[in-house]
Amino acid sequence: MAIVEVRQIVKKFGDVTAVDGVDLASRDGEFLVLLGPSGCGKTTLLRMIAGLEIPSAGHVFIEGRDVSQLPPRQRNVAMVFQSYALYPHMTVFKNIAFPLKPLKMQREDIREKVMWSASMFGIGHLLARRPRELSGGERQRVALARAMVREPSVFLLDEPLSNLDAKLRTSAREELEQLQKRIGITTLYVTHDQVEAMGLGDRIVVMNEGRVRQVGTPHEVYHRSADTFVATFLGSPPMNLLEKDGLVIGFRPENFLPVQLYGDDRDVERFRFDVTWMEDLGSDRLIYGNVEREFAHRHVVAKLSANVTFSVEPKESYTFAVPKDKLNFFDAGTGLRLEGRFALRDVHGA
Amino acid sequence: MAPEQKKQPHGPFRFRDDPRLLSALMTAPAVIYIALLVGIPFLLAVFISLSDATTGDPSLDYVGISNFRTVIGDPVFRQSLKNTFIFTFASQALVLVMSKILALALMKEFRGKWLVRFLILLPWTAPIALGTIGWLWMFDSIFSPMDWVLRYVGLLGRPGALLGVNSNLYWLGIPGLAMASVTVVHAWRMLPLATVILLAGLTAIPKDILEAAEVDGAGFRQRLFSIIIPLLLPIMSIAVLFGVVFTFTDMTVVYILTRGGPVQSTQVLASWAFFKGIEGGDLAQGAAIALFLFPVLAGVATLMLRLARRTEVN
Repeated sequence: MAIVEVRQIVKKFGDVTAVDGVDLASRDGEFLVLLGPSGCGKTTLLRMIAGLEIPSAGHVFIEGRDVSQLPPRQRNVAMVFQSYALYPHMTVFKNIAFPLKPLKMQREDIREKVMWSASMFGIGHLLARRPRELSGGERQRVALARAMVREPSVFLLDEPLSNLDAKLRTSAREELEQLQKRIGITTLYVTHDQVEAMGLGDRIVVMNEGRVRQVGTPHEVYHRSADTFVATFLGSPPMNLLEKDGLVIGFRPENFLPVQLYGDDRDVERFRFDVTWMEDLGSDRLIYGNVEREFAHRHVVAKLSANVTFSVEPKESYTFAVPKDKLNFFDAGTGLRLEGRFALRDVHGA
Repeated sequence: MAPEQKKQPHGPFRFRDDPRLLSALMTAPAVIYIALLVGIPFLLAVFISLSDATTGDPSLDYVGISNFRTVIGDPVFRQSLKNTFIFTFASQALVLVMSKILALALMKEFRGKWLVRFLILLPWTAPIALGTIGWLWMFDSIFSPMDWVLRYVGLLGRPGALLGVNSNLYWLGIPGLAMASVTVVHAWRMLPLATVILLAGLTAIPKDILEAAEVDGAGFRQRLFSIIIPLLLPIMSIAVLFGVVFTFTDMTVVYILTRGGPVQSTQVLASWAFFKGIEGGDLAQGAAIALFLFPVLAGVATLMLRLARRTEVN
């Protein structure tokens, strides 16, 4: 059974449609990431599931129950906010105990639950402190412990890592993923950071302009992007898109390599590549340049790992190639993915 | 390379670069203002209260604390002292509860909100004497509109009516009722400011925190008493501090509505000091009555500021 399901959900703020007819169902125990640029409606969708926004149309189901019109406290969800939203006048203990108060539990039971939750996040020694005496990472753990203490049926996270510094974010990501797997609670996670999404998600929901563009595993959305938006939103640098005669050909910068690096037995598509500019990022070299003239938007990027010692210089021309099984095709009009192989020879007519 | 020597300021505007001189200069107007308009009158009051000055003979002859003895022995003074506390705390309690309700209501979006805001602010923007004279008419012993409404709905002026068979309640003519009327009018007058202060405090609570409490399962009461009120405490204590000090020293409402009557039953210290010292001409006793407020006010102010600071630090 789907733990969280939304059907044809719409949210309008005045004339602006923030969420525009979204259908989505999570699987039990799944880590589902909502990914998209800012303003794509992902946070609004999460807030509707939490009950903080009432949908303009459509329904929200949690554990099979239609909760669309219920207030947040009757939904048995827990949410971690981007700001963590800790109660500044309460100690860590009281913060974590707060969700248990409405449950009319015994004092001893509350204590036990708080200890259990705090120890799970390794913050047992901070219980007497107040939020302002904690570091960013500690606050984030308190927010998670507070969300977890009630053992909700769904865990909603709104960019919980975005206030941490880069180093802490990586370790927090790892911890979060391991914890979610251990507890097995269904989690919806909103982020605009594709690295977080790829790393954490069992499945990723890519959204843009209030609509879902693709739902799939990180591998699927990256390697078999449903449309040109998904293809260019994911990946750094994004997928190269070349257009000709109503067809868009896409390939990832890391698959666009000097032809010499592919063995003779690999079926590749060759391009003449006029290099204009290079960036050395340490682990990778980014090489910018243009391919044959026949293509509109012929500016492309190649990404060479530092292991590749092949010498490339600006203002020189090389032959680069992409394996044919790494080519993606999209309809130039709709932007949607086209299945099947296309004879590229006919397209770029070399 | 040697560090460049900092140029020493000189000329008539040198003080601009001297933080100590500059800070003294900037705070001077406030200090002078307080010294002239608060400090000197205060010291003068202390001297007068220890003398036998009257309006007829304003020379200061030292008589020790005999004025304070006389004042304390006066039953009207004791009545006024009691009334001052009742007046202050009852009106402030009323203001606190009402302003909280109003502020919470004004946080919500509804049609005609601007009109409600305007009406709530009105008592504060209108001159207090005018407003109170309006209330004087409302409480009129014969033509009171409130009595008229009560008669109309059958609560007053007929056999077996809840509020009695008399055709009027005589709001300002019966001691208990007069005290209640004075207190309510004063609360009405203080309400707008307290509401605006609380509204500012409410707006400053991050929305995330209230939403987190909602998702955490807290109903309205738990949100109000566990989150909103504790977070508002610093600003509420400032609103109360202001209200208490203001009410302790104010006599406008009492003076216009009852002039302390009937039979001194609504007299407060400020009005009694005025009647005794200015209208009665006994400057020394008036000053002694007025100074009686000082330790109370100083105590209240210290307490409230400490409370505000402690909440802030935590």
